[in-house]
Amino acid sequence: MPAIVLQLTRVGFLILLWLFVLAAIRVIRADLRAGAAAAGSGSERRADRGRRQSSNGGGTATAGARPVPGILVVTAGSMAGTRLRLGPGPILIGRAEDSTLVLDDDYASTRHARLVQHGQQYFLEDLGSTNGTYLDRARITAPTPVTVGVPIRIGRTVIELRP
Amino acid sequence: MAAPSGQQADRQHSDDPAATSPPTDRRPTGRAAELGLLVFAAALVTAALVIVELNQNRALSWHLAAYGGAYLLALAAAHLLVRRFAPYADPVLLPVAALLNGLGLVMIYRLDLAAAASAVNRGEDPPAAQATLQLVWTAVALVLFLLVLVIIRDHRSLASYAYTLAAAGIVFLAVPALLPARFSQVNGAQIWIRIPGLFSIQPAEFAKIALIIFAAAFLVTKRGVLSTAGKRFLGLTLPRVRDLGPLVVALLLALAVLVRGNDLGTSLLLFGTLLTMVYLASGRVSWLIIGLLGFAAGAALAYRLFAHVRVRVNIWLHPFDDPLGSGYQLVQSLFGLGTGGMFGTGLGAGRPDIVPFASTDFITAALGEELGLVGLTAILLLYLVLATRGLRTALAVKDPFGSLLAGGLAFAIALQVFVIVGGVTRLIPLTGLTTPFLSYGGSSLLANWIILALLVRISDSARRPPVAPVPADRPRASLTEAHTELVPVTGERTDRTRPAGRTDTPADSGTTDTERAGS
Repeated sequence: MPAIVLQLTRVGFLILLWLFVLAAIRVIRADLRAGAAAAGSGSERRADRGRRQSSNGGGTATAGARPVPGILVVTAGSMAGTRLRLGPGPILIGRAEDSTLVLDDDYASTRHARLVQHGQQYFLEDLGSTNGTYLDRARITAPTPVTVGVPIRIGRTVIELRP
Repeated sequence: MAAPSGQQADRQHSDDPAATSPPTDRRPTGRAAELGLLVFAAALVTAALVIVELNQNRALSWHLAAYGGAYLLALAAAHLLVRRFAPYADPVLLPVAALLNGLGLVMIYRLDLAAAASAVNRGEDPPAAQATLQLVWTAVALVLFLLVLVIIRDHRSLASYAYTLAAAGIVFLAVPALLPARFSQVNGAQIWIRIPGLFSIQPAEFAKIALIIFAAAFLVTKRGVLSTAGKRFLGLTLPRVRDLGPLVVALLLALAVLVRGNDLGTSLLLFGTLLTMVYLASGRVSWLIIGLLGFAAGAALAYRLFAHVRVRVNIWLHPFDDPLGSGYQLVQSLFGLGTGGMFGTGLGAGRPDIVPFASTDFITAALGEELGLVGLTAILLLYLVLATRGLRTALAVKDPFGSLLAGGLAFAIALQVFVIVGGVTRLIPLTGLTTPFLSYGGSSLLANWIILALLVRISDSARRPPVAPVPADRPRASLTEAHTELVPVTGERTDRTRPAGRTDTPADSGTTDTERAGS
């Protein structure tokens, strides 16, 4: 086989190998863009759902921008009426003395759930409680974004985020 | 469910009752991109095979095209099953692994040719071809990949077998230590289960996966405690040992077995991976510091206890002290990489067979010699793509177990590549590990395809668009009427007969200004 052909295959293969790497990176980039677009429309959809839920619950959410939660209000249970200003740290909810929101509720676990802020959004997370944590009517299994006005049920306590 | 007849046409493709309205923002599944990349990968592997044959002055025949076509067919079958069983899976994972595996096959075949030629020169019979066996293992691994995808339809189901998997993994790991050396020892490392004449497997590769799954499931349950509880000391929040008890026990058992079998590479890999997972779960630097101190102590102890560790470190520091003896392998690997230079000698035109164990531990040196720095960098980038897609999956998936599992598996691949490539290029002392997907070795190949299947499964769940919301026209029961079973958490409560889940307080009574629980 002539040497020139061998040299060409040698360089050509390296070029092909790099083209594959670039093609993979292109796919990743397209995927990230699509993901960002989906997340954008997804947040619109979530806002839409939140609007529906809050109109159901008599909330004051307006169309367009989603209101940023500012306080946490206990709406039902033995602690009803308690309000908590939302700070930067995570909010631990449970019967433990060192929780941020100490519940006096026999149906709540010691460390029941927590609310974690991520950007402009709060995520509700169950900490392996006995009776579970419910967002609206659904029992949550993974960190779930919480919209203003959606009831969170823990044992017999219901809490809500308000703007 | 009664749907308006106008929507009937829209939903005939979907048997999901929740999808009454077709989602308009559904992102592309990426299956077309995956197919394109798979065809590209098969073409690259075929091209590599042709170049090897050209450079070895062998006659080109249509057999080569048949090999390439068979590889493409196998990948297409995998693609179709992924389309069926994980339609939203990451499109890059499978093609990258397929390309690495294919390049490994070509390089092993090329080393077979060299071994046969040198045997003929010495007037001996050529040794058994490794490439044929590796081809069989690749087929088995692809089948296993698909089996894992088909059987594990939801990765979260793995979490319920956490302790079973951990126990099975450790027992499996300990089998070689209990077997007589004839059935378990290869090259001084007692880490095999050998059935002479049939096959030999390395249980550590599979035990590694079981332990990573166990660690993910265990850490998810302890995550809250891990990131909050503990004493503060010197600005660090010291963790409580009891929170990690089972994980530490499992890790120490595994390490004891591995160190006893002289498998330091896998112990390093396992330790590093589990440590990273603890850090991922807790987000606390103190764990990393404690782990690294423990690693330093363990490394110092191993250096004092084991002669072969001292030899390895010595070769690493002074490879040219004994270039024809103990340093021969590493020195030849460095010469090989140097011969390759920037652009390599061309596939099939170098002498990578001079390095002992070129097809297993030193396959990256062989590829570096024949593809040069440019080619080896591309291969390392492929691993980087694999690891970042795994970590991306870990970030995107919604359940914490899947997130930890994907993070752990992706990090395990990255760490393994670092340890072995670092060893081959004399960045760190050499420990015997395989290069994922590239190296000759059935167990490693099977285990890595299982890891890939798990990553594909988790990425499918991460990228799957959320289920369409419940239609608004459905009558919505108010929250307080939702039926749930409640169990008192405190044992001494007796009034279980009270209607559970009934809250009579109106939802808006909470606007009084009592600030009882201040933050």
